[in-house]
Amino acid sequence: MLNNFVIPDLYPAAPEIFLLLMAFLVLFVDLIFGATHRWIAAMLTLITLFGCAAITLVTWDGQTTLTFSNMFVDDALSDFLKLMTYFAVIMMLVYSRQYMADRGLDKGEFYVLVMFATLGMMIMISASSLVTMYLGLELMSLSLYGLVAIDRESSRATEAAMKYFVLGALGSGLLLYGMSMIYGATGSLSINGVAQALHQGQAERSVLVFGLVFLVGGVAFKLGLVPFHMWIPDVYHGAPTPITMFVGSAPKIAAFAMALRLLVYGLFGLVEDWQPMLLVMAMLSIGLGNLAAIAQTNIKRMLAYSAISHMGYMVLGLMAGVVGGRVEAFTAINAYSSAMYYTIAYVMMTMGAFGTVLLLSRAGYEAENLEDFKGLNKRSPWFAGMMLIMMFSMAGIPFFIGFFAKFAVLLAAIKAGYTMVAVIAVMFSLVGAFYYLRVVKLMYFDSPVDSAPITAGLDLRVLLSLNGLAVAAFGLFPDQLALICYTTLARSLSG
Amino acid sequence: MVSLSHYLILAAILFAISIIGIFLNRKNLIVLLMAIELMLLAVNINFVAFSHYLNDLSGQLFVFFILVVAAAESGIGLAILVVLFRNLSSIDVEDLDSLKG
Repeated sequence: MLNNFVIPDLYPAAPEIFLLLMAFLVLFVDLIFGATHRWIAAMLTLITLFGCAAITLVTWDGQTTLTFSNMFVDDALSDFLKLMTYFAVIMMLVYSRQYMADRGLDKGEFYVLVMFATLGMMIMISASSLVTMYLGLELMSLSLYGLVAIDRESSRATEAAMKYFVLGALGSGLLLYGMSMIYGATGSLSINGVAQALHQGQAERSVLVFGLVFLVGGVAFKLGLVPFHMWIPDVYHGAPTPITMFVGSAPKIAAFAMALRLLVYGLFGLVEDWQPMLLVMAMLSIGLGNLAAIAQTNIKRMLAYSAISHMGYMVLGLMAGVVGGRVEAFTAINAYSSAMYYTIAYVMMTMGAFGTVLLLSRAGYEAENLEDFKGLNKRSPWFAGMMLIMMFSMAGIPFFIGFFAKFAVLLAAIKAGYTMVAVIAVMFSLVGAFYYLRVVKLMYFDSPVDSAPITAGLDLRVLLSLNGLAVAAFGLFPDQLALICYTTLARSLSG
Repeated sequence: MVSLSHYLILAAILFAISIIGIFLNRKNLIVLLMAIELMLLAVNINFVAFSHYLNDLSGQLFVFFILVVAAAESGIGLAILVVLFRNLSSIDVEDLDSLKG
């Protein structure tokens, strides 16, 4: 047996290996210097993430390479999504620096857990087997449970962590049960193998559909779609704001990649079965997310319900790939790239919105109620403008990135023949505009409740400004990003 | 003769018990952790049964990964439980009610 062992090609997994080694290094360095020099771990983490970005860019050849016995894939899609993940994590680290330092939470384990969570996301993005998908998912989720509970003194945060843990474990269990059924029906754990077995049509269909229901349930849990959304509001509300920002941004990219790899790359043969499931969950998410957000007084909770509705819009693009059972390459790739564009746009907007919450927070004070945004224009016109951009963009008002993201997704849905669905989705986006514009009204037309000067550091101010300007700039020039999404997906799907 | 479907039905029953355990349990968080373990073990029975039936080892390989992840998962779960108990002095599910809205 040992004679057959071949050392796998490590080159495609270079960013992951680098990140893993650096995570161990940070763990070790923090053990020695953690008590006296906290900035070393932070600096090393940032350097690692930039290093990963450099490695990913250097090794980007647009080819699809499989390694580790076909369990790991390195293609254009994975490289692009990983780059987006690094940037989301880097932004989160810069945004959170002062908040975590003020509360004594910038301990070494924070950076190590963030790195392991990022590693899990990268493995999910690059998974080409059900085993790697599950391992990446668990590495990400377990690190996130730990991160939510990082403020050990806060009973709210630990309660949120417990709820996240139980429901997340339930989601993973559903996903695994679905995977076991699909393995039983197709006899393969590799995503390509599953696709081939479906293509040849010898697999037992009833077992497959039974497994698919659980698999879609597990994916929906991770994306936070109704009716698997229960954890989102509590976790967003209870976790420390930077962790909420983390949970709400980069993992969405990984969950999108998971949905794409499992459903489109693997189970495309069952598209007629998963399309209606996604459609129902998308509509429920759009409806419930937008309606429940109106009733919130806590902005983190409001953004949680808004996250549910945004994921609903994203899934609308994911399910619009196939028109009446017929597959056309152009429409399909167009629909999936609209969903990808939506995910990236959403991550940018949500980082900016939570960034503003962090801007207004200071030591011993959490600006997490809507009232804290009252009269922001009088306190800081520039940052009120940034928040205005985020809210307009999330509401889908032209010409910000959120508008084009919604436009692309709805266009894909209409092209796939779901005109009524698109109309209802637009109606609910009007309902959603109410609570986004309420924040704008509070900022511009009410007098401030909290009149303390904004003490946030220069790094946060610069990053928030860049973030807001990027949301506006990508809204004015949406073509480039959309083109990148389209070409990377087309490259990756054509193998 | 024990056939594949017997194993699948056993796994389905265990899986159903664990889901019911998670949703109906209103008392103790430890019971919740046990239900989560049971769920993963039910999946393991599925994988081993299919692996034997298909004459393919990869299913049993997956089971080892699931066992390891399940151990790590209960480690994290118990750690969160300890922190929660320090804050709330209780591990009742009913006491997890401060987050609402």
